[in-house]
This record gives sequence, C-alpha cells and structure tokens, in this order.
Amino acid sequence: MEYFLGVDIGSISTKAVIIDSNLKIVASSYLWTKGNPVDAVKNVLSELQSKIDDNVHIVGVGTTGSARKLIGAMLNASVVKNEITAHAVGTSTIYPDVRTILEIGGQDSKIILLKDGIVTDYNMNTLCAAGTGSFLSSQAKRIDVEVEDFGKIALTSKNPTKIAARCTVFAESDLVHKAQMGYKKEDIIAGLCYSVCNNYLSNVAKGKKLEEPIIFQGGVSKNIGVQKAFQDIIGKDIIVDKDGHLMGAYGVSILALRSNKRINFDFSIADQKFETKGITCNKCGNNCEIVLVKQNDKLIDSWGNRCENGSVSS
Amino acid sequence: MNKIISFPHLGNYSVPISFVLRHLTNYEVKASPPITKKTIEIGSKYAPDSACVPFKYNLGNFIESLENGANIIIQAGGGCRYGYYSEVQEKILKDLGYNFQFINLIDSDHLKVMEVYKTFKKMNKKLNFVKFAYYALLTLLMIRYMDKIDEIIRSRIGFALNMKNFTDNKKKMLQDFSKTKGFIPLTIKYFKYKKLFKNIRILKPKDCIKIGIIGELYTAMEPFASYFLEMELAKNNIEIKRFTNLTYLLFQKKKMKRKMLRGIKDYCTYTIGADGMDNVYRCKYLIDKGFDGIIHTKPFGCTPEVGAIPIIEKICSDHNMPVIFFSFDSQTSEVGIKTRLEAFYDMLMVKKGR
Repeated sequence: MEYFLGVDIGSISTKAVIIDSNLKIVASSYLWTKGNPVDAVKNVLSELQSKIDDNVHIVGVGTTGSARKLIGAMLNASVVKNEITAHAVGTSTIYPDVRTILEIGGQDSKIILLKDGIVTDYNMNTLCAAGTGSFLSSQAKRIDVEVEDFGKIALTSKNPTKIAARCTVFAESDLVHKAQMGYKKEDIIAGLCYSVCNNYLSNVAKGKKLEEPIIFQGGVSKNIGVQKAFQDIIGKDIIVDKDGHLMGAYGVSILALRSNKRINFDFSIADQKFETKGITCNKCGNNCEIVLVKQNDKLIDSWGNRCENGSVSS
Repeated sequence: MNKIISFPHLGNYSVPISFVLRHLTNYEVKASPPITKKTIEIGSKYAPDSACVPFKYNLGNFIESLENGANIIIQAGGGCRYGYYSEVQEKILKDLGYNFQFINLIDSDHLKVMEVYKTFKKMNKKLNFVKFAYYALLTLLMIRYMDKIDEIIRSRIGFALNMKNFTDNKKKMLQDFSKTKGFIPLTIKYFKYKKLFKNIRILKPKDCIKIGIIGELYTAMEPFASYFLEMELAKNNIEIKRFTNLTYLLFQKKKMKRKMLRGIKDYCTYTIGADGMDNVYRCKYLIDKGFDGIIHTKPFGCTPEVGAIPIIEKICSDHNMPVIFFSFDSQTSEVGIKTRLEAFYDMLMVKKGR
C-alpha cells in the first residue's frame, strides 16, 4: 500500500500525520514549534517513524501552515498548500456535510464556509493576533495559570466578567484593571474565553452566516472554556473533534495523495543538516530579503526576490 | 539652472506622460525613479499615517524625483480626497527643505482643457493651442491604444507558454510608442502590436477561470501597490478582467454614469464617491457575464470603497458569487496576500469541478 505524509507547521505547534491510501490516519504527532520549524519537523518525523512499521513506504509529502514553503523545500514535498484549503479538505473528508469551520490557531484565526464539501467562502484575521492562542497563553501567564487548565477554571465561573477584547493591548489593561477591582480569577478567565469568541465573531466571522454543523478546531478548540463560550454566544451546537488539531496536516496529506506526483521519501532526512540563511539583495531600492535553504551545505532552494537580479543559484 | 520636470508613477503611464511633457514644455523630462520598497518607505516616513497608500507612494516618488535632480513637479488631483493631496504634499516637501515648483494639473474635480492649456502655456511661452491640441490628442490616443493592448494581454498572458513573450514585447511596444511622431505612425504601430499579441501562442482552455478585478483606481493601476496581484493571478492560469484604466477614467466614466445607476437601482440609488458606484455596477456586470470570482482592492482607509463594500457583499451573496477583499497599506504582509489568494483560487477551481 502507498502511504502519504502531511505536515502542518504552525507558529506555535507542528502537526504531522501519515495516512494510507484509504485516507485512514495510521500515525500522528503533535509538538511545539518553539520558533524553530526545521527542528520541530525533525522531531515529529522521528516520532512518526517510531510509531509505524518498517514496511510503511511514503510516496507523497504535503506541507501546510506558515512554514510550508521552508519545510516543503526541506522535505522535497509534492504538494505545498495554504492552510485554508488544507483545513477544508481535511475536515470535509471526515465530516462530509460540514457547513462551517471555526479555526483558532496560535497566531491566526479563520472561518471557512462550505456547501456539499466545497468551500464557498472564507476569511482570515489580518494584522491583529487578538483572540488567538498566543493571546490566551500570554494572558494565562499574566494571571499565573497554566494555559491547559484555562478551560477547566473558566467552567467553574458563574458570572463571567466582561473584558474588552478588541485589541490585545486593551484586553490586557482591562484584565489588569478587573483583577485590581477585585473580580474573581475564574470570572476573569471565563470572561477572557468569552472575549476571544466575541472578538472572533465580530472580526473574522463578521457578516458570515454560521450554518450547522459547525466544527471548531485549531489549538484553541482544546480549551473547553472557549468551546462553551462559542456554544453560548452562537446558540448552536459546536462539534470539536479529538483530532481537530490535525485537520490541516490530514488535509494536505490527502492533497498529496490526490496529486499525480510520487516521490521516494526517506526518514533519514531527519538526520541531515538543514540551514537557513537570510541575505539582503542590495541591487535596487527594493532591498529584497532573500532566504537561502541549505541541505548539508548545498543550496536547495531560495526565495524572496522580486526580480531576476536577486535570484540565487548554487 | 536647468529646468527638470518630474511626475509620480502610475503603472506604465509614465510613457505617455513623459511623451506629452517632452513635446509641450521645453524642460528636461525625468520620470520619477521606478517604485521600489524604498519609495514607499520614504513616502510613509513623511506622510500622515492616516493618509492612504497612493499619497505615500506619490510622496515617495516626489522625494526620489527631487533627489534625482528634478526641480519642477507635476501632480494631478481629483476624485476623492486625493483631490486635496497635492496641496498637502507640496507643503510637506517644502517643509522638508526642497526648493522646487509644484504644478497641479487638475485643480478642480473635472479636467478642464483650457485650464490645462493655460498651465502649459505658463511653462512654455512659445506654445500655441494647435500644438497643444495636437500632442494632447496624440497622447490620449496613445493611452487608448495602451489600454486596448493591456486588455488583450490580460485575457491571454495567464495561458502563455512563456510569459516573457508578453512582458518583453510590451516593453518594446512602450519604447516604440514613446518615439512616435504622429497619429498615423502610432496607429500603424498599434495594429502591428495588436496582431503580435493576438498571435502569441497560448494554451487556453475554453472554460478557464475568469476573475474580475474591481476597486480603487491606484491599487488597480499601479502593480507595485497591489503586490503584483495581476501577475500572481496570471501565473495560476487565470483570465483577468480589469475595468479601471485611464481610458475609463478620462472618457468612459462620465458617459456611463446614468447607465450604471440604472443597472444597479435595486442596490444603490446614488453615487458614493470616486469609483464606489462604478464598482457596484461592475460587480453586477461580472455576475451577468458569468465570471468565476471577483477581487476587490483598495488602499487601507479608502472611504468611497468602504462605502461600496457592504453593497458588493450583498450582491455577491445574493448571486452566490465568490468575492475577496484586499486592503493594501505600506505594512501589508505579502505572505498573507498570497495565502488568501491561493485559497481563493483553490476555491474557484474546486467549484468549477477540477
């Protein structure tokens, strides 16, 4: 049988799955990116390798997420796809009748609307990271709570405090203010969960009709406080899949399967040396920042140049 | 002191603008240096933060022109608050200590031929009206021809075996046009290039993806301001229809106003400033013509377009038309644009059943 690897390298976490040609997930891995996508991918690869039999032969690789290009070059991927398409493909394979996907990740949040398994509309947050995972974890740190416990504590609140969540900076000062006023910790935490939802609904999901079934995924979907807040505010059932965080990786592995390209993937790539280097081209006022990717000191790819003058070859 | 005249960029229109200035003034004509990231950096540095990107690009152009030796600068206002930009830009540049003459070609909202003639007459005492009219008309014809060729290119370049066939020949065409002597040679050149662009071999499927680009005029016409959106689309084998060009703004817009308002009377009963109403009409047009998707571009904070967007959203949702909105600023992340664009393209592909 043929096997396919999908890797989703997000700002906060790196997810990878291996599927067989029946679209069944045979192995998966989920680790923190820690600001180093190359090492994170090496780690997920070695974890995956330990989970599968030796006879599993991978013939296609897909990458998605914000580091998709870099990791695509590193793994010699057959498909490099944006996360919107990857999430839509992955989720609609498992839930063919899904109409709405709410996704909140580490740095970005998006909404995807589908009909009959086809994307009809989508939106993604722009400049601001308010209401995303990184916002929640920085606030958790501020009030000295593990972000993993956030949801549980939020559920104990009977009267969530209102927190201004338009912007991370304002939310933070409002949170400090509420704490100094004497509001209870669990109420503040629950308030934060609500503010994340409100922020999402009034920015990313603005003007979009949320039809059922609604699926909530991305790292933040693991937070039961936010789950409950969404359910309360939207007033509809919200489905959270236990593999919700893997949907991007799963989707892109399916895209690798669907593409005609077949490659010979070898796990030994995790032992090789990968280096990235940024250089600035000074040939004109654009001053393009060009990224060079080197495998064992050999240049394998480069990008970032706007014109021929800045192209780099080995 | 040698008089050197310069002007800001707008796509390829520096060619006809240089042409007309060369013939109507006796100054040395030097277009602003090509727009780069540095242009917008300088522009943003000295522009008010709340001004839209066209202001910043123009200001960057002016500063680079002045640094490049220019001592006369020409600007044309009109439309939205762009009409007030030239005064502010002049003041900023003078405050920065530059010594130059600033000429505003269109002082009011409408282009008045006699006013423009007077402005040129002030610059060149020997100019007579016949000469002025001759070169003005010749330049307008050049713009018309350029826009017509661009239309052909936009519908074909996405399917080129080698895009360079189009881009290189267009460069050649612009060079040829800039050296033209009169109406007949220009027309001959136009037909020559029209034939050439129509005969470049392409592989275009009958049911290819067609996208209409609507929105604010500067981001539509200056490729740098939209991060080369059209090129990006062409690379993905897409036919592009774009309405805004100088031909439209100078000749067609006024004539079409009543027709457009009639066409969209269910959604919009009066104009909403600049090209806002036009874009609502185009949206309807693209739906009627069976286009697959619409891309709307505007500078961040563009008021007329902000007014048009909810109407466009309504029309598109009524007709199940995919639409995506881009707002460009000096700080826009290029990767973010590419991600959204790629997802948009994927969405249209799947919808078409491929």
